[in-house]
Amino acid sequence: MPFPYNKVLDEDIKKIISVTDEKRVFVGDEIREEFYHDEMPEYGMYAPEVYVEAISTKEVSEIMKLCYKRNIPVTVRGAGTGLAGGATCKYGGIMLSIMQMNKIYEVDKENMSITVQPGALLCDVADVVSQAGLFYPPDPGERTASIGGTVITNAGGMKAVRYGVTRDYVRCLEAVLPDGEIVRFSSNVVKNTTGFDIKDLVVGSEGTLCVVTEITLKLIMPPKISRTLVMAFDEIEPCIETVPKLLQQAFIPTAIEFLERELLEIVERCLNKPFPVVEGKSFLIVMYDANNQEEMDFCIERACNLAIEMGALDVKICNTQERIASVWSVRASILEGMKADSDAQEECDVVVPRAKIAEFVKSAKKIGQKYSIRVIVCGHAGDGNIHTELLRQNLSDEVWEKNTKECLRELYQKSKELGGQLSGEHGIGNGRIEQFEEFIGQRIYKLHKDIKLAFDEKLILNPGKVIEVEHYDK
Amino acid sequence: MNIVVCIKQVPANDKVEIDKESGTLKRMGAESKINPYDLFAIETALQIKEKLGGVVTAITMGPSQCAEMMKDVFSMGVDKGVIISDKKFAGADVLATSYTLSQGISAIGKADVIICGKQTTDGDTAQVGPSIAEHLHIPHIAWVNEIVDINEREIVVRQNFESFSQVSKMEYPALITVEKDINVPRLPSYKLMKESKGKEPIFLSFEDMPDKDLSRYGLVGSPTVVEKIFPPNPDIKQVYIEGENKDKQIFDILKEKKFVQGV
Repeated sequence: MPFPYNKVLDEDIKKIISVTDEKRVFVGDEIREEFYHDEMPEYGMYAPEVYVEAISTKEVSEIMKLCYKRNIPVTVRGAGTGLAGGATCKYGGIMLSIMQMNKIYEVDKENMSITVQPGALLCDVADVVSQAGLFYPPDPGERTASIGGTVITNAGGMKAVRYGVTRDYVRCLEAVLPDGEIVRFSSNVVKNTTGFDIKDLVVGSEGTLCVVTEITLKLIMPPKISRTLVMAFDEIEPCIETVPKLLQQAFIPTAIEFLERELLEIVERCLNKPFPVVEGKSFLIVMYDANNQEEMDFCIERACNLAIEMGALDVKICNTQERIASVWSVRASILEGMKADSDAQEECDVVVPRAKIAEFVKSAKKIGQKYSIRVIVCGHAGDGNIHTELLRQNLSDEVWEKNTKECLRELYQKSKELGGQLSGEHGIGNGRIEQFEEFIGQRIYKLHKDIKLAFDEKLILNPGKVIEVEHYDK
Repeated sequence: MNIVVCIKQVPANDKVEIDKESGTLKRMGAESKINPYDLFAIETALQIKEKLGGVVTAITMGPSQCAEMMKDVFSMGVDKGVIISDKKFAGADVLATSYTLSQGISAIGKADVIICGKQTTDGDTAQVGPSIAEHLHIPHIAWVNEIVDINEREIVVRQNFESFSQVSKMEYPALITVEKDINVPRLPSYKLMKESKGKEPIFLSFEDMPDKDLSRYGLVGSPTVVEKIFPPNPDIKQVYIEGENKDKQIFDILKEKKFVQGV
């Protein structure tokens, strides 16, 4: 049982309005249903009691002070593009949107950084940075995510192979603690051994520890040239086995994505987006960035020769913006395509050591067959974060529910056995909360709880996500 | 079947400098690529070849650097490349360019089907294709959306207009320009790239043109004069409106910029 929270009363609403603006406070039926869920409604639909749009750190602080005093749960919401059922009001209370806190301050060229408010969209931040001649690499598929959302979930994306994940780019944060106090974690410095690195703990905490209100991000110089290769194979094994070999080359690929023809056919059929490569059944889409043409030519030749040696039918070279877009636009449409093709999906976001990718892919297919579930494996092969999609086909509600649960359990088990993790980039949220404790073990689970209590002893921030804390002891 | 595809090398991105004196694009030193619309023409040609057999020849007019572009189309599966290059052709407008290309096509022999992209991304006139056909006195259909049927004698194509579609049939020789949605252009293949290593394009100069009337080529043969060419002024500014009376603040900005009048 969660801590017995108080319902939001009329007088609470009045107080919230007094510190914000009635035009930005919505109650009950005034709240649109899209705020009941994120991109995975399967992971829970919950109606907030009150929906508030904050426009400043001060407003966030005032709201938190009130909720802390009154024991009212608060769930912070960005663009709602999450895939773990994280930004939802599981125990009611207040949904605090930071989408109007969307300022993008000037790029700090000397420090190679940019400071933004959490509601700024990732695509807008990336554009501003690019116009200043710099580069912000984290690129999860969803470009319309709020930058705050990407920080609080430590969003990954396919370029992690070369550039790392969001956490690697967060220099410092301003945040509001559950009791309303405004604090800063680290500062605009490149290294820091001043105590525990709480900033890194907050990144990826899924809104359970504090409310991030300002973010300073590290920027790098952009690569001069980018090319994409499509390696086409007839069989899945040599295709997957090429991945570790590519990573051993002198040049690190920016991204290595794995796709199967079956999935491409879905995208073509449902979204009318054909893939520009007709031969082959299994594919690696490999992106390379380089600083000059010679470097790029060398790296393309090595990679292509390697693929052919490994049994590729051919390697296609995307050397113009249009060609690059013709491949990546199909890749970007996969989730949408699957949603259009099947009336129910489940997704397993495990990450395994790179050396175990092939083994996991093969096992995942077998596990799917056992439960009569169409399992499609795709995604970030370069970092071991293989997305395993479970698609419903002709199963009754009851069987689908039972089989997916069992199938997922086995897939997670397999990941653990291979030295992998439960989630590579989507997070735990509400969708994977049931498997979390079993996966990480009691001792580490307790450590998570203790950390949660250290920040939020009243358990009012995004309760019931990542971990469940049964009670709290004064 | 002899299939000829007309292609052009264009700047690889939209940040192109303009020569203020001549009013032309500064092509030297800039990164270049094949005109994206031409990729649909190449794909159409290769699909016809796959169906009926034959030879696909890509032809272009431009500097010797076009050889790089030819390597690219060889790795898509194009059999032959022809580059029409001569200082005498420099400064050509649509009329002179299309005449030169028509002369080049005549010089290399018989063409059953000539295929062009809809337009280029730098010139944007969409006139070169049909003009070539006029110079060659052959039938032509522009902006084709679909090859409905094709055999050794004739081609049937569909054009989609706003409120109707038109299906037309032409006997060879004939020219079409194809729309960008007609197919999904294949990507260059590493295997074909290796196989075509050493394959060189054929260079044609003024001396190879059947018509040696200099007044029809280059700047002399170009009646069009570009008076001025300039990049649009990029002027995007972001302002934050804060505090009271935001509506009035926005209104004042719009009024100052003369976006609202008479109030």
